[in-house]
Amino acid sequence: MRKNKSKIPSTIFIVLLMIFFYAPIIYTIVFSFNGSKSLTHWSGFSLRWYEKMFSSRSMTDAMWYTFTIAIISTIVSTGVGTIAAIGLSKCRKILRNVVERVNDLPILNPDIVTAIGLLMFFSAIGLKKGFMTMLLAHIMFCIPYVMLSVTPKLRTLDPNLADAALDLGATPWQALTKVIIPQIMPGIISGALIAFTMSFDDFVISYFVTGNGVNNISILVYTMSKRINPSINALSTIIILIITTALLIINIVPIIKERKAKKQ
Amino acid sequence: MKNFKRMAYPYMVWIAIMILVPMLLIFMYAFTVKGNSVTTFRFTLENFGMFFKDTVFIDVLKRSLFIALATTIICILIGYPAAYIISQSNGRQEFILILLVTMPTWINMLVRTYAWVGILQDNGIINNLLVMLGFERIKLLHTSFAVILGMVYNFVPFMILQIHSSLAKMDKSLLEAASDLGANKVQAFLRVTLPLSLPGVISGITLVFLPAVSSFFIPKLLGGGQYVLIGNVIENQFLTAGNWNFGSAISLIMTVIILISMYITKKVDKGEDSKGGFVR
Repeated sequence: MRKNKSKIPSTIFIVLLMIFFYAPIIYTIVFSFNGSKSLTHWSGFSLRWYEKMFSSRSMTDAMWYTFTIAIISTIVSTGVGTIAAIGLSKCRKILRNVVERVNDLPILNPDIVTAIGLLMFFSAIGLKKGFMTMLLAHIMFCIPYVMLSVTPKLRTLDPNLADAALDLGATPWQALTKVIIPQIMPGIISGALIAFTMSFDDFVISYFVTGNGVNNISILVYTMSKRINPSINALSTIIILIITTALLIINIVPIIKERKAKKQ
Repeated sequence: MKNFKRMAYPYMVWIAIMILVPMLLIFMYAFTVKGNSVTTFRFTLENFGMFFKDTVFIDVLKRSLFIALATTIICILIGYPAAYIISQSNGRQEFILILLVTMPTWINMLVRTYAWVGILQDNGIINNLLVMLGFERIKLLHTSFAVILGMVYNFVPFMILQIHSSLAKMDKSLLEAASDLGANKVQAFLRVTLPLSLPGVISGITLVFLPAVSSFFIPKLLGGGQYVLIGNVIENQFLTAGNWNFGSAISLIMTVIILISMYITKKVDKGEDSKGGFVR
């Protein structure tokens, strides 16, 4: 009895915190279906903001750019990051430390510092701001995250495994693809997921290095938010639904699998 | 086996070009003045002088530090109890709560910040509620309150997750040992749990203070166009005013401030450690 009583304040605290976290998100979703332009008065259910969103060229373009860049930079950064991490694990310690320190720079620096560095770099080499600069920037800041999630898996890997494969007549390529990569797969997958969300959600770096009308969703929300525009809510709702479903699947599928395995 | 080493070499070239060269460019621009091409590199501190001589910029700097500090303190005050309560709950509950704390951080920050614009408006939900309860409307949007609220909203999950992970790593038998040795609950918390969770608080402070001091879209969205923090000044120098030299100098000043505050936090952490010497 006493134990229950002492739990009430903490339950209230957690409930209030969850309201604080989720009320704005729910508010956005609800008002994306509002009949009028107001962000405060509810005037009946309607899908007009979704219609407006899909008929707006800048919004569909932004969605296209966001997805394309997120997918390409995820694939490239996962590939490059994994290869670099494997190679680095065989390098001398000094070299490894230097690369890890440099890799930390884009993670530890404020985004705006990374962003202006890249902006000046692209201008120095004469690359025109647009799709290409945004893609290169995204690949650049995604790779360190991939390496951060692959490297610990490589540390726990038995170094003799690859040697054994080579001794048994496997080519280095076979040793790599048949022995090393399957062992570190969980790290590669979580690295790819982090890369995708980092790229999908990025605003600051994209905002500084883009140009030529190439906008992603974040930049669009930022530039459109100066006036009240409920289509932003519709766009937000779609993003929220995509990310939440993906997260739930990633988190819940392993639990269901585990339970099934237990039953059998 | 040695062959695999070569796989890292292309990446080393890549980071030299894509990470180190841009950083170098910031330094080069910060210590030169506009119109000075790279070939006639002339060292100058003019940009820094321009910043520290102008009271407008000093005020912006002070305001940015105040907002970031307030955000960090509020995040600790909310984040610590939240992390503690979560770490006390049973396995499945703990998993669900951590998932619930993590989920918002995966949703686009711009989208989540924009949601508050509608809520905080003069005729928004909060003000309508106040009127219904018989109070007067208050100005919420475009105030320091709104900016701090937006920052706490965006960054408090990082604080909770960091503190929680250090609490979860804690050896529970230490608490039993403390109570066996006659410590009451408060003593056990102050002398065992708190010192052991400090590393989590420290990394939480890093994860909150750093984006808070450099953020420029939260002040723009919730503080309004007139509300300027140091991040907005940098944005303005690069994208509107076009003075990259001055902008680079300001971003260096900001980086130095961040480094100093990290150093102080680490120092404080070490000091606390030596006091609670018996917990090892």
